[in-house]
Amino acid sequence: MAPPNPSEPIDSETIAILAARLEAASQTRLGRSLAIRHINTGSCNGCELELRGLRNSFYDLERFGLRLVENPGQADVLLVTGPLTRNLKAALEQAWDATPEPKWVVAVGDCAVDGGVFKGSYAVLGGTGHSVPVDLTIGGCPPTPARILAALRTLLEVNAT
Amino acid sequence: MITATEIIRSAPAEICRPWLRHILPHADWIALAQTAPAEGWTLLAHWADTALAHALFLDPDSLRVVPVSTLVEAGRYPALSPYLPAAALYQRMVHDLWGHVAEGAADLRPWLDHGNWPLSPPMAIRPESRPPGAPPLLTGPEQDDAMILPLGPIWGQLDEAAHLRLTLHGPIVRYAEALLGFTHKGALTLMRGKSTRAAARFAARLAADATVAHSVAFAQAAESALDVEVPQRAIGLRIAMMEIERIAIHLDNLTEVARLAGAGTVRTKCGTLREVLLRATATAFGHRLMMDCVIPGGVAADIDANGPEAILRALGTIASELPTLRRLHDGPALSSRLVGLARTRGARGGVTGRASGHAFDVRTNFAPGYAGLMPRTAVLSEGDAAARQRLRLLEIEESLRLIGLTMDLLPAGPTTATLPQVSGEGIGCAESSRGDIWHSIQLDHGQIAAVFVRDPGWDQWPLAEQALRGAEAEDIDLIRTSLALPASGIDL
Repeated sequence: MAPPNPSEPIDSETIAILAARLEAASQTRLGRSLAIRHINTGSCNGCELELRGLRNSFYDLERFGLRLVENPGQADVLLVTGPLTRNLKAALEQAWDATPEPKWVVAVGDCAVDGGVFKGSYAVLGGTGHSVPVDLTIGGCPPTPARILAALRTLLEVNAT
Repeated sequence: MITATEIIRSAPAEICRPWLRHILPHADWIALAQTAPAEGWTLLAHWADTALAHALFLDPDSLRVVPVSTLVEAGRYPALSPYLPAAALYQRMVHDLWGHVAEGAADLRPWLDHGNWPLSPPMAIRPESRPPGAPPLLTGPEQDDAMILPLGPIWGQLDEAAHLRLTLHGPIVRYAEALLGFTHKGALTLMRGKSTRAAARFAARLAADATVAHSVAFAQAAESALDVEVPQRAIGLRIAMMEIERIAIHLDNLTEVARLAGAGTVRTKCGTLREVLLRATATAFGHRLMMDCVIPGGVAADIDANGPEAILRALGTIASELPTLRRLHDGPALSSRLVGLARTRGARGGVTGRASGHAFDVRTNFAPGYAGLMPRTAVLSEGDAAARQRLRLLEIEESLRLIGLTMDLLPAGPTTATLPQVSGEGIGCAESSRGDIWHSIQLDHGQIAAVFVRDPGWDQWPLAEQALRGAEAEDIDLIRTSLALPASGIDL
């Protein structure tokens, strides 16, 4: 059999088959990855301390395809902490506007869920949901890294299907 | 010229345990501010209530803390800032929260109040409702050849919310100005009118990197006000928790600085050690960060039966890695980034102060329970980022010793004292991983009538603005982490 001629045009059927296979592979591989932008809406820094723990060797969130990004324009997920102070409402809304669809909003910690101990204060709106739609809440004051990681992996599963 | 001590001596005083609070007429309030710098008196904190302006001074010669107050007349009191620049930020806060005007202050721009609260001033006797206003603007020196780089309030990957405005000349920072208040949650208002036990939850959530230290300072202030003796076992457990917190937060800082400086081995090692320690704390005290574990009157619960062994095993792991961590910090990966970076001048205490030759540490003189442990304060002189990391390693080593000793000496007995429902006034302090914390409480039959909580952040940000001048813009994240700049504790 003659060797294939590189300059010969590839038939359209082969292209279609390859394209379908590529799409399937990218769905299972690339779909299992989420870019996360953290938005602090007035946290006491407790949730951040535990979120930073997600980067240590015990949890290592990157091995699950979860990575932190700084630009909301590159994010799939907004990870929101804090009781939503009035002084940070505009910042959260700007970040939400800048995040492309489809996007998820995850409220991390009792404060982000409903204002926590700070609800009722003149300075606080009382939870992420007062400003943007929330898809997932993770309670705790602060939630442990294991709990946060479990919730984010659920989101990853949902995203891949 | 009349000395500070003479001014104080002639003034009427109220009991503010363990000190006396002197009530000064306006003229003496100003005279004290004028003479304070020459006599080495430092301003530890400055705040107000609905009727009085308060200041807390440290007299370094007699090693005493001096609370003073002056009456607010027709909404005004004399500014301290013309003589004590450290008062400037406090005066802006006092204006935002109580509406009192510091007469003679050069800068009374809003600090915490960004025009978004539905009422103002929130801590006045009768706050007025108001429509949303315009946010405050920062005014740095405007120059034709300068570029302005605004950072934040949402800034970094997993950080606190603060705004920094840099005026750049090429890649070099010429001028840096911070604006905080974004994370203001109204903690002081929420604490007012509550019992000390209920208000302690807010003290524990002022700044999570100092949740134990703030809780201890708050508890001490309450116990002083009520003149209550805390059981020795509770004092020992508090010290163990405070020193564990210091190690955990220093390890977090070492991890983050190493991450930003690209030193992978240090980052991995310190991150792992911190997690090992936090798991042991969860076993011993029921919470990884020990939030709400210290309460007025003692501690919330005794250490778990398996706690001492878990803690000591974690500390052993940390101790065995310290020589390696020290060697790696002297190695090229970190020293090339950190030596000479963000040198600070004039810091009084905290890691920043002790890395630049100033030995102030409340554990050596004011904090209860430490005297028998003979805490040793490490001091370095270089004042740069490299010195701060070396100091953090030295402090971890000393904390390991203090915890070991405390656990050995831990007496049996009760862990809480009953709190009487009486009135009184007190001051408490603690040394957090970022510096000294001061709490002042006035109780009315067991309920909080007035309270102020002073986080080290009040000193840290003005220092950072100085240290950032001349830095390269690309090093800003590294400098911010090296100085451990906070937001929530100072935002109140």
